[in-house]
Amino acid sequence: MHPLIEVRNLRYSYDDGSAALNGVDFELFAGETVAILGPNGAGKTTFVLQIAGLLTGGGEVRVCGLPVTGANLAEIRRRVGIVFQDPDEQLFMPTVLDDVAFGLLNLGLDRQTARQSAMRSLEQVGMAGAAHKAPYHLSSGEKRRVAIAGVLAMNPEILILDEPTTHLDPPGRSALLRLLLDLPQAKLVVTHEAGFAAASARRAVFFERGKIVASGTVPQILAQFAWGEPGAVQRQP
Amino acid sequence: MHIPDGFLSAPVWLSLDLAALPAVAYVARRAQSEAPENQIPLLGAMGAFVFAAQMINFPVGAGTSGHLLGSALLALVLGPAAACVVMTAILMIQALVFQDGGVLALGANTFNMSLAGVAAGYLPWRLWGAAQWRKFAVFAGGMLSVLVGAALAFTELWFSGVPMPRPLLVLSGGLFLLAGAIEGGITLAVFQAVERMNRSWVRDPRTFPLIPQAAVTAAAAILAMVGVLAASAAPDILESFSRAIGLGGKERALVATPFGGYEAEFIRSSWLSKATAGLAGLVAVVLCVWAWGRFLARRRNA
Amino acid sequence: MHHFVVDHWSQSDSPLHRRDARAKLFVLVATLLAVATAPAQFQWTGVGLAAPILAGFLIARIPLGAALLRGLVVLPFTATFALISYVGGDVERAAALLWKSYLSGLAVLLAVSTTPFPHFLRAAEWWGTPSFLVTVIQFVYRYLFVISEQVQHMRMAAACRGSGGRGWLFQRDHVAAAAGAVSVLFSRSMARAEGIHRAMIARGFRGHILTLDSPRFGWLDVVFAVAAAGGLIALRIVLGRVS
Repeated sequence: MHPLIEVRNLRYSYDDGSAALNGVDFELFAGETVAILGPNGAGKTTFVLQIAGLLTGGGEVRVCGLPVTGANLAEIRRRVGIVFQDPDEQLFMPTVLDDVAFGLLNLGLDRQTARQSAMRSLEQVGMAGAAHKAPYHLSSGEKRRVAIAGVLAMNPEILILDEPTTHLDPPGRSALLRLLLDLPQAKLVVTHEAGFAAASARRAVFFERGKIVASGTVPQILAQFAWGEPGAVQRQP
Repeated sequence: MHIPDGFLSAPVWLSLDLAALPAVAYVARRAQSEAPENQIPLLGAMGAFVFAAQMINFPVGAGTSGHLLGSALLALVLGPAAACVVMTAILMIQALVFQDGGVLALGANTFNMSLAGVAAGYLPWRLWGAAQWRKFAVFAGGMLSVLVGAALAFTELWFSGVPMPRPLLVLSGGLFLLAGAIEGGITLAVFQAVERMNRSWVRDPRTFPLIPQAAVTAAAAILAMVGVLAASAAPDILESFSRAIGLGGKERALVATPFGGYEAEFIRSSWLSKATAGLAGLVAVVLCVWAWGRFLARRRNA
Repeated sequence: MHHFVVDHWSQSDSPLHRRDARAKLFVLVATLLAVATAPAQFQWTGVGLAAPILAGFLIARIPLGAALLRGLVVLPFTATFALISYVGGDVERAAALLWKSYLSGLAVLLAVSTTPFPHFLRAAEWWGTPSFLVTVIQFVYRYLFVISEQVQHMRMAAACRGSGGRGWLFQRDHVAAAAGAVSVLFSRSMARAEGIHRAMIARGFRGHILTLDSPRFGWLDVVFAVAAAGGLIALRIVLGRVS
C-alpha cells in the first residue's frame, strides 16, 4: 500500500539560520491516525506546515504521490486540511457560514452549491445552528468545531490538527474526540496531552530538536519518554 | 479632532465628501495593487492594533495622559497608500460603531486625518528617514500628522461659521502643539521598540517617489480649500436653486447653513483674506519641510 | 465596552432588525440630511425630528435610556463650542450645535444597533464604497473584539502590578511601560496577521475574497426605504415652513 505522506530527510531552517527541522523521515498510510508528540520548539508545527504545503524546505516530501513544490502546492493544500492552533486566526470571515464557505468559493463552486456544502459540513460537526453568528460570539470549543467544518468542507484526504485541545474543557475534549474518531480521513494530531493522544491515535512519533527520535505505539512512546500524567501511564497493562 | 455632524455647513461637508470619494477610491486601488494577497490580514491586524493602542494611556505628568493617534506610525509600517486605507477604515468604524465623528462629516474627517494626516506623517520620513536624522523624522512625522489634521479641522469649522474667539484659538493652538509633541514622542518610542524586534517591519523610506507625493498632497489640499471657499461664497446660487424647485421658505434655503445668512455675508466679505490665511498656513508647512530637507541633503552631499 | 453592547443589540429581532441593510443605510442618510439642513430652532424642528428617531428605538426594542446615554458621546466636543456660542450671546446657535450633533449620533446608533455590522458594510459596498476598503473594515472589526479583550487583560495585569501611580512629575518608567505595552500589541498583531494569511492560503485564497449572496431586497424593504426617507424629508420641510 502506498503511503499518503512520504517524507525523506526533510530539512528546514529559519531566516536567521537556526535549524527547525534536521532531517526527518516519516510515512503516513490511509486511515491511520498518528500522534505527534514532543516538547515545545521541537519542530512539530514546522513539520506539519511543510506537509500542508505552507512551507517549503529541503529534502523530499510527497503528499498523495505529489512532491510538495511550487506547481503542486494548490492541489496539496486542497488535499491536506489543517486546523490551526488558534481558531481566531482561522475564523477570519464575518460569519460562521461565510467562513466555512470560504474554501469552497475559492475552489470555484457557485454560491448556491457552496452554501449547501457549507451547511452540510456544519451539520457534520454539530454547529449548523450557529451558521449566521459572528465568530467572536462562540466559545473556544465551538470555534474549533467550526474551523474543522471549514476544513472538512474541502474534502481533504488528510487532516492535520495542531494542538486541538487548547482551551477546551473536559466535555469539549470528549466531544472533539468523538468527532475525530468518526472521521475516515488519515489524521496527524499534534498534541501535548497524553490522554488525548492515547485515545485518538494508535501510532506516535516523538520530536526532539528537529528530528524524530522515536516512533512506535502511543503507549510505548508515552512510557519511553515519561510523557504525561502518571495516572494515565500507570493504567497501561 | 473628529468633527460630529451638525457643525459643518453644507457647502463644507458636501464639497469635502465629494473630494474625499475619488481620493479614497484612488488610495484603495493603489494599496490593493501594491501587494493584494497578504495585505488584507496585515491591514486588518494593524487597524485593530491602532484601535487598541488608542486605549493605552501614556502619562505625561500633571495628571494628564495622551494616547496614540496612529497615522504616522501606520505610514511608517505600511507605506502611505495602505496607511490611508487603514485610517479610513478606522474612521468609518469610529463614526458608525462608536458615533465618534459624524457620518456626513466623514469626508472632512477622512481628509483631515486619513489623507492629509498620513501624508504629513510620512513626508518627514520620506525626506530624512534614510539619514542619521531618522529619529527626528519619526518624531516630526507624528507631530505634523496631528498639527495638519487639527489645522484643517479648525479651518473647516471656521469656514462653517462656528464661532472662534481668539482665546479659544490660542488655547487650542497650545493644546494641539502639546498633542503633536505627545504623538511624536509615542510614535518614536513605539517605532524604536518595533525596530528592535524586527527591522524589516519598517518601510524603506526610498520606496516612494517624493515629488509626485508632495505635489499630490499640496494640490489636494489647495483644491479642497478652493472648492470649499467657492461653495461657501456662492450660497445665493444654492438659494435660487432651492427656490426654483419650490422648496424655499421666506429666507430659508434648502441647503441652509446652521448659522443662516450671517455666515454668508461673513464669508463673502473676507473670503480673500480667509483663503490666504488658511492656504498659507498649509503651504508654509509643506514648503518648510521640503526646504529643510533639501538643505540637509545638500549638506550631507557636500 | 461600547462595541460589545452595540453588537449585542444588533443581534436581536424586531421589525427594524429584519429590514434590509441597504434600505436602512438609505434612510439613515436621509435622516442625517434632514437634521443637517434643518433650521436651528429647537422647539419645533429638533423635537419634530427627534420623535421618529426615538420611535425607532422603541420599535427596535432597544433600551431607550441606555441608547440616549450612549448618544452623549458627542458631548465633550460639542459642549465646548456650544458654551462659546452661549457666552458670545447666541443661545440659538449653542442649542443648534447641541441638538443637531446629538440627534445625528442617535440616528447612526439606531442604524447600527439594528443591523449586524457585516451586513451594514455590505450595504455600504452596494452603495459604492470600494470593495478593498470594505474588506479591510471587515477584518479590522473582526479583530477589534479579540484585541480589545487583550488590552483589557493587559490593563488588569498592569493594575495588579501597581501601575496606577498618580505622579505630578513626568514618569519615564510609566511611559516606557506604556510604549512596551503598545509594542507587544504590535508584535502580536503582526504574528496574527501572518497566521491569518497562512489560514487563508491553506484554503486556496488567491487574492480576491469571494462572498456568499446577499439577501434580496423584499417589497417590504422598498416600502420602508421610500416611506421612511420620504416621511423624514417631508417632515423636515414642514417643520422648516412652520418655524
